[in-house]
Amino acid sequence: MIIYGVGILAFCYVVGQIFGEFIGKLIGVNANVGGVGFAMILLIFINDWLKKKNYLDISTEKGITFWSQMYIPIVVAMSAIQNVKVAVSSGFIAILAGIVPVLICLVAIPFLSKLSKNTPLN
Amino acid sequence: MEIISKFLEKNGIVFTFLVVSLIIYFSELIAVKVTNKKIPGSAIAIIIGLLLAYFGGVATGGEKGIADIKIFSGFGVLGGSMFRDFAIVSTAMGASFIVIKRTGWAGVLSLFLGIILSFIGGVVVALLWGYRDAVSLTTIGAGACTYIVGPVTGAAIGASSEVMALSIAAGVVKAVFVTIVTPFVAKYIGLNNPHTAMVFGGLMGTTSGVSAGLAATDPKLVPYGALTATFYTGLGCLFCPSLLFIMMKFVFV
Repeated sequence: MIIYGVGILAFCYVVGQIFGEFIGKLIGVNANVGGVGFAMILLIFINDWLKKKNYLDISTEKGITFWSQMYIPIVVAMSAIQNVKVAVSSGFIAILAGIVPVLICLVAIPFLSKLSKNTPLN
Repeated sequence: MEIISKFLEKNGIVFTFLVVSLIIYFSELIAVKVTNKKIPGSAIAIIIGLLLAYFGGVATGGEKGIADIKIFSGFGVLGGSMFRDFAIVSTAMGASFIVIKRTGWAGVLSLFLGIILSFIGGVVVALLWGYRDAVSLTTIGAGACTYIVGPVTGAAIGASSEVMALSIAAGVVKAVFVTIVTPFVAKYIGLNNPHTAMVFGGLMGTTSGVSAGLAATDPKLVPYGALTATFYTGLGCLFCPSLLFIMMKFVFV
């Protein structure tokens, strides 16, 4: 059933996010640290396990893949609620302080990804 | 008229489904007919979203873009962090754990490098603008990480509200800029595989910028970029007001 898929996804989300909150508290930071990341890794493992056990039928899977298909619409809605006015109107220093770091990091990407690709599979 | 606007307000999220689907429909149309598929439809849709956000901000003076206009308040729910994160987690279904494990250390490295490089970039810009005190420089540098790291850092080390506002603005500019620029620079930086996407997420760090930018580039890359980016803000909040601030105090007063 579709709701089982949604439920599995919700389980991963809740567990991962709470874990992220606790890590944030643990290192004394007022923010969620990696909650989404933990949730994703949990989902990958649960998905793997369910597939091996043959518990995952197509409609259950659809409950999860529906949300990944909704991802772009959600991102469009998200971009429509950004504080773009502040970004545009807060003067050159804010604009440069936002853009310059991105440019520096863009330049660094090819070097770092070369490093990671050279790691052999084992 | 009032009946309609009241109805739309009450049914905000369903109305948002309708509006977003129309935006995406027209964006696909523009992508195919006008740009001959050179610019992906999702990139156009996201840019339309940003334009709407700008008009919403100008029209209402609020901070939440189009969602500050009452009949579009549903955008705040669908586009808020809960649905965004829920959908990001679901994209992990298509991700390969082997790739994640293999790129893991580069992802961690890119996180630290991303925070330090962005911080330095922000500090240099602030220096050029005449800021010389460690507190302001650190806060603006933190804002160059993400728009959450900026104010969290500023509050922790006692920055002025003017500098805090500046750091938030810098973070927002970064998110918007990453969103727009990613699909256009992707092929020049080799951003077409999971490895690079993970490095990209770690270096950029802004979850909204990374997730939207990758969605517009290639939706298959989203889970990899999001995975590393999700650690960035937390690590930034850890390092900026502590280690990086202490280092800044050595150099500036």
